[in-house]
Amino acid sequence: MNFEAIKAIYVSEMARTRRTLMQSVVSPVISTVLYFVVFGAAIGSRITEVDGVSYGAFIVPGLIMMSLMTQSLSNAAFGIYFPQFTGTIFEILSAPVSFFEITVAYVGAAATKSIIVGAVILITASFFVPLEIQHPVWMVAFFVLTSVTFALLGFIIGIWADNFERLQFVPLLIVTPLAFLGGSFYSISMLPEFWQKVTLLNPVLYLISGFRWSFYGQADVSLWLSLLATMVFLGGSLAVVHWIFKTGYRLKP
Amino acid sequence: MASILSVRDLEKTYDGGFQALKSVSLEIEQGEVFALLGPNGAGKTTLISTICGLVQSTGGSVTVGGYDAEKDYRAARKLIGLVPQEMPTAPFEIVGDTVALSRGLFGLRPDRKLVEKILKDLSLWDKRDGPIKSLSGGMKRRLLVAKALAHEPKILFLDEPTAGVDVELRRDMWRLVSDLKAQGVTIILTTHYIEEAEEMADRVGVINKGEIILVEDKDELMRKLGRKLLKLSLTAPLSEVPPELARHDLTLSEDGTELTYTYDSQADRTGITTLLSDLSAAGVHFQDLQTDQSSLEDIFVDLVKRD
Repeated sequence: MNFEAIKAIYVSEMARTRRTLMQSVVSPVISTVLYFVVFGAAIGSRITEVDGVSYGAFIVPGLIMMSLMTQSLSNAAFGIYFPQFTGTIFEILSAPVSFFEITVAYVGAAATKSIIVGAVILITASFFVPLEIQHPVWMVAFFVLTSVTFALLGFIIGIWADNFERLQFVPLLIVTPLAFLGGSFYSISMLPEFWQKVTLLNPVLYLISGFRWSFYGQADVSLWLSLLATMVFLGGSLAVVHWIFKTGYRLKP
Repeated sequence: MASILSVRDLEKTYDGGFQALKSVSLEIEQGEVFALLGPNGAGKTTLISTICGLVQSTGGSVTVGGYDAEKDYRAARKLIGLVPQEMPTAPFEIVGDTVALSRGLFGLRPDRKLVEKILKDLSLWDKRDGPIKSLSGGMKRRLLVAKALAHEPKILFLDEPTAGVDVELRRDMWRLVSDLKAQGVTIILTTHYIEEAEEMADRVGVINKGEIILVEDKDELMRKLGRKLLKLSLTAPLSEVPPELARHDLTLSEDGTELTYTYDSQADRTGITTLLSDLSAAGVHFQDLQTDQSSLEDIFVDLVKRD
C-alpha cells in the first residue's frame, strides 16, 4: 500500500479546496441560508408543523442531505476530471500507485470536503431553528456513508465524462431533481396517494428519510429500508469502480 | 554494460485498429543517453507511454531494472521519471507543492532539502510559492523536469524536451542532460531535432511506422553511414563538368564556380587522389577546398525515405 501517495493526492486535493474556499465552502452555505429564509421563514411561517416538527427544522436534514449529495458528486467528479482535462493525470498513472489508492485519495478528499460543508450547514441551521438529534450515531453514519457513496459516484462520473457538459449532467439534471422530489422539503404523507407511490421509486427518498429519522425519530420509510438503499448505492458504485480498475476504462488507452 | 531497460516484442494496437508499435525490441544500457529518432507519428510517444504504464500494451513485455513493468509495476515505476511532450500542468497549483506531490506519488516521504535543491538547480526556486500559471513556457518545461526528478529516478524519459523552445533553453536542457548523465542517470530522449541527438546521445535508435529500423552507436552510425563531400572552389567558372571527369561523382554548382565530389569516407579507396590528378590533367584549377561530413539529419532522412 502506497500511503505516501494517498496522502500526497489527498493533501493536494484539499489544497485545491482551500484555494477555492469561496466556491467550495462559502457558496453552498449561502445557498442553504437562502433556502432557510425562503422556505423556513417566508413560506414556513404559513405552514404548521410537519409530524410535530416545525417546518423550518423539518427541512434541515433534507437540505444537508441535498448538499452532501451534490457536493460529493461534483467535488469528486471535478477532482478526477480536471487532471484528465489538463493532462496532469499522466503523472498519477505512471506512478507506482494502484487504482485502489487513487480512488481512496480522491474519494476521501471529496467526501471530507462535503462533510465539512454539511457540518457548516448544520451549525448554520442551528442558529435559525431549534434542532434536536435523537440518534447521533445513526446521524453520523448516514452523513458519512452518503458522502462517501456520492463521492464514489462522482468519481465514476468524472472518469466517464469527456466534456464539461457531461460532468454537470448528473449532478444538475438527475440528483438535484431527485433530491427536490425525494422529500427534502416535505413529507411524502403530504402528497396524494398516487404520487406517494411514485415517490417511493425515487432512491434518494430513502436516504433523506433515514437521515431525517436520525434527527426527529420519524421517517417516510423504515430505517432499515433507508440503510439498505444506502448500501445498494454504495455497493453499486464500488462495483462500477472495480470494473473501471479492471478494464482501465477511459484512463488507459 | 548491463541493460537497465529491456523491451521485448512490444506491440500496441489501438482500439481503432491502428498498429502503433510492431514488435519493438530494445535494450537500454545503464548510464547511457539514448536518442529515439523518428518522424511525427512514428510511435515514439506510444513506446514511452507503454513503457511507463500510460498505455496498455497488446503484446510483448517490458523489464525495468529486472522488474516486470506489469507484474512488478511498483518497483519498476519507482525507477522511472517521465517528462511528457505536452506540458500538462494544473494552472492554479503552487510550484513547490506540485513538486512535493510528485515525490509523494512515488511513495517517498517529503524531503524539503531535495525539493529545494531540484528547484534551485532548475532556476525555479524564486517561483516556488507562485501558481504554475505564472510561469513562462520555458519555466513550465523545467518544472516538469523538476517533478520527474523529485523521486530521484534511475531512468529519465524526456519526450521531445526541446520542442518549440528557444536556443538558450535548449542549451540549458543539454547541460542538464549531461549533468544527470554524470550522476549516473540513464536518459532516453525522443526528438526530431537531429542536432539534439548528435549533441547528447551515446546511441541512436530510429523508429518509423511503429518499427525500430536501426539502433547504433552514434559515432559508429555517423562513421558508417557518413558520406563526405569534397568541395572545390574553382579559379575560373565552368559551364559543365568536363567529359574526361565524367567517371567521378561530381556536381557543378549553378554559377559554375564550385565542384562537389561525394565519396564514402569508409571506403578503401576514396578516389580523391585520382580525382585530383584527373582535374589537373583536364586543366581545371581550384583555389580552395573543404570537406563536409553528412549530419545525422541526412542519415535519418535517408533511412526513413528508404522504405
